[in-house]
Amino acid sequence: MTVLAIVLGLLAVWLVFTFNKLVGLKNQVLNAFRQIDVQLKRRHDLIPNLVNSVKGEMKFEKETLENVIQARAAAVNAGQGGNMNEVLAKEGMLTQALGKLFALTENYPNLKSIEVVRTLMEELRTTENQIGFSRQFYNDIVTRFNIQQQVFPTNMFAAILGFQPATLWELPADSVERNVPKVDLTV
Amino acid sequence: MNIYEQQTSNKRTTMALLGAFFLLFLVLGAGFDYFYLSFDPAGAQPTYVMNAQGYYEAVNTSPQLIPYGTIAALLFGVIMVLNSVFNGAGMVLRSTMARRAVSADPAEQQFLNVVREMSLAAGLPPPAAYVVPDPDVNAFATGFSPENSVIAVTEGLLRTLDREELQAVVAHEMSHIRNYDMRVMTVAAALMGAIALVSDFAGRSMRYGGRGGGRSSGGGRGKGGGPLVLLLFAVWVLLVIFAPLFSRMLAMAISRQREFLADASAAELTRNPMGLVSALEKIRAAVNPTRAINNGVAHMCITDPRGSLIEEKSGFAADLLATHPPMEKRILALKMMAYQKAPAGA
Repeated sequence: MTVLAIVLGLLAVWLVFTFNKLVGLKNQVLNAFRQIDVQLKRRHDLIPNLVNSVKGEMKFEKETLENVIQARAAAVNAGQGGNMNEVLAKEGMLTQALGKLFALTENYPNLKSIEVVRTLMEELRTTENQIGFSRQFYNDIVTRFNIQQQVFPTNMFAAILGFQPATLWELPADSVERNVPKVDLTV
Repeated sequence: MNIYEQQTSNKRTTMALLGAFFLLFLVLGAGFDYFYLSFDPAGAQPTYVMNAQGYYEAVNTSPQLIPYGTIAALLFGVIMVLNSVFNGAGMVLRSTMARRAVSADPAEQQFLNVVREMSLAAGLPPPAAYVVPDPDVNAFATGFSPENSVIAVTEGLLRTLDREELQAVVAHEMSHIRNYDMRVMTVAAALMGAIALVSDFAGRSMRYGGRGGGRSSGGGRGKGGGPLVLLLFAVWVLLVIFAPLFSRMLAMAISRQREFLADASAAELTRNPMGLVSALEKIRAAVNPTRAINNGVAHMCITDPRGSLIEEKSGFAADLLATHPPMEKRILALKMMAYQKAPAGA
């Protein structure tokens, strides 16, 4: 009888510890996700300024600039819609459009001498990096959270305690970012 | 060993380090009590002196029951550690004349941005960013917990490195913060200094007599004691002489081990080992010593501030006393990481 009581008591203690650990991780996951959100919003706010300030110098790249504007609008819409896959796809497209713009600015050395543009470029660049790094951190945390749930013997209780594996932030299968870039080496 | 085990192991190392230094302080202080202040826990041992009548008479030498030396040594150590915990970061920053990075300057704005990026990658609150006015290329991190930590770089570093390399260096310092390396190293540095002072004090007292120095009457332990006491005294004197060296070697060994680990975690944060490789190559090429950073902060820097020639040495002496592993080994380790990441056959 006492043996049974001790075993049950130990099990209860273990359950409490496991539950608390999982709750901690779950909140870290939520927080990490919010961090990405903050960065995405910041990027949306910066883009119009940048486009406006480079417009004068880069009038021959009208198409690229319009692409950026459109991609931004689509991403903002997707963000309001709240569909996760949609957000991922649209933000991916925006990243690509911006990448192209960055590459093209190399052809306009004059841009570098304009202080506003330089500051904005650096701002946007650090935002891009921050999105990347907070995404990386989110995925690390999610992986830890999921591993915690899936190891034996926690896997028998995780679902009962109301925990579900979180989804990793990855590109959708048909994302444009997955396309291999075409390299043109003709001179 | 993953990063979480590493943090636990570092916290354990801090405790072990504190324990080791506690013992050292105890031995230094207790020896001082025993040999100089004639502390005697056993209480009054009557000594017999021949009196005027020609008889031996028991004379109670007043026993010294409070181990002043031990208490003083331990108290001194504790105060030094507490001081380093609460003022350590401020003292380091003042000693290097570091100032806060300002966003008005484009290069420093970039540095601020990079620090933010790396704090996101590490999932930690962003540390304060400081700039050390020195033309040499160097960087260090300090602070006792991730919440109030500081990353400082020299002006030379901001000028020399490009964005990617700066990111790698900041990631390296961020890893020191994340792994609780600064905590180990701050405590080690404080205790190293305390040991040096205490042993210096004990060594100087030796000149002014005491039981070992030939003074055999009066307050000392009488007739010079047996061979056992002499042996103990010899061991204690050796310990007093070598304590600063031992503590330094201990701290340096810990520091070197941390550098490799911080390099590896930096690569984990940026997922770009080659960035740190090219940063280290540039840092290596700048052979001038960093004048603004003194030796006390050496073990917190990304490279030894005494100039890169020290890092090129390898061999027994360098292995014992260098604060950092040879640059060549660090670069090699990072390059191996980069190769492992590349797909097979590439």
